Amino acid sequence: MSQHLPVLQVVVPLLAAPLAALVRRPRLSWLVAFLAALWAFGVAVALLHHVLSVGPISYHIGDWAPPWGIEYRVDQVNAFVLLIVSGIAAVVLPYARASVEWEIENERIPLFYTALILCMTGLLGISVTGDVFNVFVFLEISSLSAYALIAMGQDRRALTAAYQYLIMGSVGATFIVIGIGLMYVMTGTLNMADLAQRLPAMEANRTIPVAFAFLTVGISLKLALFPLHLWLPNAYAYAPSTVTSFIASTATKVAVYMLLRFVFTVFGAAFSFDVMNIDRILTPLALAAIVFMSLSAIYQPNVKRLLAYSSVAQIGYMVLGISLASVFGVAAGILHLFNHALIKGALFMAMGCVMYRVGSVRIEAMAGLGRTMPFTMAAFVIGGLSLIGVPLTVGFISKLYLVRAALEQGMWPVAVLVLVGSLLAVIYVWKVVEVAYFRQPIGDGSIREAPLSLLLPTWVLVLANIWFGVDAKLTAGVAIRAAQTLLGVGS
Amino acid sequence: MKEVLGLYNYWIVIGLMMIGFYTMISRGNLVKKLVGLSIFQTSVMILYISMGKILGGTAPIIIEGRENVVYTNPIPSVLILTAIVVGVATLAVGLALVVRIKEAYGTIEEDEIHEQDDVM
Repeated sequence: MSQHLPVLQVVVPLLAAPLAALVRRPRLSWLVAFLAALWAFGVAVALLHHVLSVGPISYHIGDWAPPWGIEYRVDQVNAFVLLIVSGIAAVVLPYARASVEWEIENERIPLFYTALILCMTGLLGISVTGDVFNVFVFLEISSLSAYALIAMGQDRRALTAAYQYLIMGSVGATFIVIGIGLMYVMTGTLNMADLAQRLPAMEANRTIPVAFAFLTVGISLKLALFPLHLWLPNAYAYAPSTVTSFIASTATKVAVYMLLRFVFTVFGAAFSFDVMNIDRILTPLALAAIVFMSLSAIYQPNVKRLLAYSSVAQIGYMVLGISLASVFGVAAGILHLFNHALIKGALFMAMGCVMYRVGSVRIEAMAGLGRTMPFTMAAFVIGGLSLIGVPLTVGFISKLYLVRAALEQGMWPVAVLVLVGSLLAVIYVWKVVEVAYFRQPIGDGSIREAPLSLLLPTWVLVLANIWFGVDAKLTAGVAIRAAQTLLGVGS
Repeated sequence: MKEVLGLYNYWIVIGLMMIGFYTMISRGNLVKKLVGLSIFQTSVMILYISMGKILGGTAPIIIEGRENVVYTNPIPSVLILTAIVVGVATLAVGLALVVRIKEAYGTIEEDEIHEQDDVM
């Protein structure tokens, strides 16, 4: 059983998805989804433990040896990503029950959970597979279910947001297929490890740089790299709270993982950075994302939209770390992958609590919430501090590594811009805090603290923000080993 | 001349790809955008099939008693079967969204939708 863990990671949630639709009872389908997420989390923990203590796992689907069969390959990098995706799913699902019952009509709830598990399955599949075409298939599984999930938002703008995401996401995915096809026509293989071996001999051929370009642009669309982020703010702002919490902390992270995988494992750092000079385009775009998107966030009247713009800025930090191409830089990127999932998960869940009680997440509607919903707003404040990067929170650890990596290469203007991004984060977090704590509550005083079933999962993530901020040994250790694996330097 | 006629299938791919892409960018009608997306995806399917095809090649089935048979690579075709399914699913989800947008806004023209959103 234990040697089948890589495939069980994907197959069990995949089978749970139709089951959740078939049981037809909201509570029962929630239970199916929750068990699937718990299962995925358990498997991910076991896989990470195995990878850290024994080494990478190569699983051959149907016992067909690679490169002919599909290989699932788990190493330090994707074991960590699997843990992030399944961990967030396991925390979001207990939260989902009350939130979804309030936001979605009863007869649609089983289908909602089906789409949610499918989305998780797709994201887990992208992370676990070692076959490039398999990446595309899982990418579409996760994207199609994400479009449906976003469209279930109460605001009708959720529909247009989902439509826009569908158009841009499909273009991105099609670009990725073109890239994969061009690689296949040159090498005759789809296996990542096999591609990594065969590609260096082909570098002189013009097809390979073209494939690289298509893949980079396609993945950048998926991870919402500035200026390809246009689908993201509306999609996050108008999706149901549960969906925003889940997708914001996982979908773009998995896309960042895809970028890591293709740039470092498939094409190799030497080709990506020395021949294609990918850092010359990624670094400026990442810095532009950090500055411009943080500035845009300041002017948003809707807090979920504000956080969405901040997400695009935070993705800039991850891409910046990757573009430095040093062990510390890539480790900072991977570390922020994990840390940002915790930060945005906590913040969006706090906003879900506000949505549940107040019915709006516009800034002016949050007046006085510091008094009426103290625990929710305390969660928001701690999440906000973490987003800024205050010591003792995870955000600080990420920024510390990132600034260190930039200074290591003597790029002090980059380090300065990272800190400017933090200052801008102070402004947009403060805007919310000011309204919530220093204004009189509006309305008739009927607003109460959010129910425990919403608060508990939110606080689990908030405490994780502090826990991994105080004791970063585990996360930073895994991130550094993952970076060493990707860069192919001694572990 | 050889580049134009000898590689005509790739020129068709590029042509279709640009037609689809341009339709998606230039049209304000949500259904037309999806049609553009579909054309765009179809061009990639032709790209894959072209890659695997060998002139005079046959289906990869062993023919008894004959040697040196030229086979067409079946893998791109198989991959594209998957991509077709994905394309159909994308189109279905997209059209379903358009139906719901029509119900919510009463229009499927992008600029009219933006106008309604700006008023709110």
